[in-house]
Amino acid sequence: MLEINHLSKTYGTGAMATEAIRDVSFALGDKEFVCVVGPSGCGKTTLLKCVAGLLRPSGGEVLLRGRSVTSPPPELALVFQEYSRSLMPWTSVRNNVLLPLRHKKLSRRDRRALVEEAIGAVGLDRFIDHYPWQLSGGMQQRVAIARALAYQPSILLMDEPFASVDAQTRGDLEDLVLQVRDDFGITILFVTHDIDESVYLSDRIIVLTHAPTEVKAILPVGLPRPRDQIETKELPEFSHLRAHVYRLIKREQEPEAAVEAPRPAAAKA
Amino acid sequence: MSRRAYTGLAVAAEVAVPIAILAAWQLWTVQADNQHFPRLSTILAEFQDLWLFAQFREHVVPSLLRIGAGFGIAVLAGVALGVPLGLSRRARALAMPHIEYWRAMPPPALLPISIVLLHDIGDRQKIAFIAFFCLFPVLLNTIDGVRAIDPTLIDTARSYDIPRHERIRRLVLPAALPQIVAGMRTSLSLAVIMMVLAEYFSSTSGVGYVLLISKNTFEMGPMWAAILLIGLLGYGLNLLFLLFERRVLAWHRGWRAATPQ
Repeated sequence: MLEINHLSKTYGTGAMATEAIRDVSFALGDKEFVCVVGPSGCGKTTLLKCVAGLLRPSGGEVLLRGRSVTSPPPELALVFQEYSRSLMPWTSVRNNVLLPLRHKKLSRRDRRALVEEAIGAVGLDRFIDHYPWQLSGGMQQRVAIARALAYQPSILLMDEPFASVDAQTRGDLEDLVLQVRDDFGITILFVTHDIDESVYLSDRIIVLTHAPTEVKAILPVGLPRPRDQIETKELPEFSHLRAHVYRLIKREQEPEAAVEAPRPAAAKA
Repeated sequence: MSRRAYTGLAVAAEVAVPIAILAAWQLWTVQADNQHFPRLSTILAEFQDLWLFAQFREHVVPSLLRIGAGFGIAVLAGVALGVPLGLSRRARALAMPHIEYWRAMPPPALLPISIVLLHDIGDRQKIAFIAFFCLFPVLLNTIDGVRAIDPTLIDTARSYDIPRHERIRRLVLPAALPQIVAGMRTSLSLAVIMMVLAEYFSSTSGVGYVLLISKNTFEMGPMWAAILLIGLLGYGLNLLFLLFERRVLAWHRGWRAATPQ
């Protein structure tokens, strides 16, 4: 349903050019949950922005149901890492979720129903008339997820959505996303730097190299569903897979560390 | 110091300081007996005679209307121009030198030409004059406010394909509102200055006109009464504006308190 073919992205031109993504290809099946992991600074966000149609790739293409993505497609929603910056602090949770529906051709009643259903799905019914900043970080990210759900996407892109919440909240939010995937039948492309998270959530893991980014490995995750924070993580396959991904990424990071080390010295000279 | 004690002290200072100044004025003027500096009791008597409310309709109402209309036009124009300029770097590059030029113009320099251009020393010229100089604080603050909008919010709007007019109405204007309101507050105090200036220069009515006429006819009581009124007018308008700001920016205070900046 979503295909990424030989995508590349270079920022700037000439001597100032920075090659962020060299060549990335993979595909997502319908209702599949795919996590993208990679060493830090490997262009995960750039990749996601290209997929979302927010950035124009320098080469290659993104195909959504066979059609090329050149601008943000209506069946795709994006959840950012910075919930406090993607939500509007001047208005209620309800209006935040309503935002992407205002310009859709819907009756007032349908709009209201969609908003309330989405807010119910993330368990925030009681806070519908609160301002986002009156809620905790995890709850604010739930608002952002509800807003994406209300938009009725067939694909949800998530850019390190739980990177700035505490571990316990993160577990709850992971389970919420799995629940929502089943309830709403959506395909999810989830970018994270947390290896445990990627193994726990996904059907397949895409491991990226450091920049300029290429696909290092695509790993199927055979863990049984429904997943459970305790039982799934006790399974030997979970540990094996986790260790495998760790090794892949660690091997990526070592040469990068060697490349980065002389930089401060060069700056001084 | 406790919060309550501090608030008490702040209010006491706000009330006590002017009373002390007025008392000192009265004591000094009784003793000095100088005709240029009438006693407080004389000024207050004149104040009552003039402004409560014999001349109120004739001179205070026109001044207030001019401030209101000039300020209103400045706010509307400032926001209407500031939003596109804030959004477009190219438009900004074209417009900024002109804005900087006119902004640097001392207001009295434009008084004569405003009369010549508009063939008028009545409301039309006064309002245009006030509006012109009140425009800049609103305009520049709107531009800054619009430019400072969080890129994540813009990406959010783009990814949800929110149309341009909705984006401006639902995201850009509310996000810039704290800055716009700050500009409006500067403009409002500027409006009082411009009103007095324009009326003092050439007019047939208004508080500034009364100030000029009483000075020219050596009526020091009414002159001081006019000065007192102008001060109170500026103070009162600012107070009203703070109430307005408290209402429209309630979210902003809550948000700032909740978010580590």
